Amino acid sequence: MTFYLALSVLLFCVGLAGVLARRHAIMALIGIELMLNAANINFIAFWRHSSAADDLSGMFWMIFSVAIAAAEAAVGLALVILVFRHRRSVRLDELESLKG
Amino acid sequence: MEGGFIAMPTDVILWILGGLILISAVMSLALRNLIHCALFLMVCFLGLAGLYLHLNAVFSGLVQALVYVGAVGIILIFAILLTEGGGTETGSHLGSQWRTGIGLAVLLAFALLGAVSNSPQTTQAARHTEEPTVREIGLKLMTDYLLPLQTIGLLLTAAAIGAVVLAMQEPKPRKDETP
Repeated sequence: MTFYLALSVLLFCVGLAGVLARRHAIMALIGIELMLNAANINFIAFWRHSSAADDLSGMFWMIFSVAIAAAEAAVGLALVILVFRHRRSVRLDELESLKG
Repeated sequence: MEGGFIAMPTDVILWILGGLILISAVMSLALRNLIHCALFLMVCFLGLAGLYLHLNAVFSGLVQALVYVGAVGIILIFAILLTEGGGTETGSHLGSQWRTGIGLAVLLAFALLGAVSNSPQTTQAARHTEEPTVREIGLKLMTDYLLPLQTIGLLLTAAAIGAVVLAMQEPKPRKDETP
C-alpha cells in the first residue's frame, strides 16, 4: 500500500513540476493528465486494499474520473488550437493580453 | 521462506512497473520534442494500465489503456501537429520561473511522502478477492450509479460539442478574397 501511495505522490509532483516549469501550453495539459492519473492510482489502490466485500465504488470513482479527464483534455486541446490560431503561439508566458 | 519465494516476483514486477511509470513521466515532461513527449506519456499510461492489471483491477486497466493510450494520446498528438507542426520548440522550453516551480514540486513531494510514511492506513494487505465481472459492473452502473452515469454522459456530450465548436471556427474570409 505504501508503494502505491508513494508512486502516486511522485507522479503527482512530476506532473506539477511539468505544469509549473514548461512554457508550452500542451505540456501543461500533459502535466495535468499525469496529476489526474496519480489520483486514479489512489482510487484503485484503496479500493483493492479496502475491507468492504463487494463495494465497487473505488472503481467507479476511477472510471468517472477518467471520463472527466477525457472531457478536460478535449476541451483544453480545442482551446490550445483556438489560441494558436489567434496568436500564432502557444507559449504560456507570451499570452499576456490581460496583464495590467 | 516459501511465502517469500512466491512474493518475490510480484515485488519485482511492481518495481519494474513503478520505475517505468516514473521514468516515462519524467521523460514526457523533460524532452524538447513534443511528439516524443506525447509518446512517452503514452508509455506512462500503459505502465499505469499494467499496474491496475497487477492490482487485479482488470476492467480499470482496460479502461485506462483504451481511454488514455487510445483517445487522449491520439488527441494530444493531433493537437501538437496542428499547432507547432511537430517540430522542436524554438528557444528555451522552460518558463521564466521554472526553478520556483520545480522547487515547489520537490517540497510538496517531501511533505506528502512524509505524510504517507507516517500514515496508519498503509499497513493493510491487499485483498485477493475476485475481480467483479463485467455483468456486475453493468448492473451496478444501471442501478446504483445511474445518476452519475447520466451526468457523465451529459458532460461528455457537452465537452465534445464544445470542443468541436471551439476548434471548427474558421478564420473569416476577407471581402477581397471572395472567389
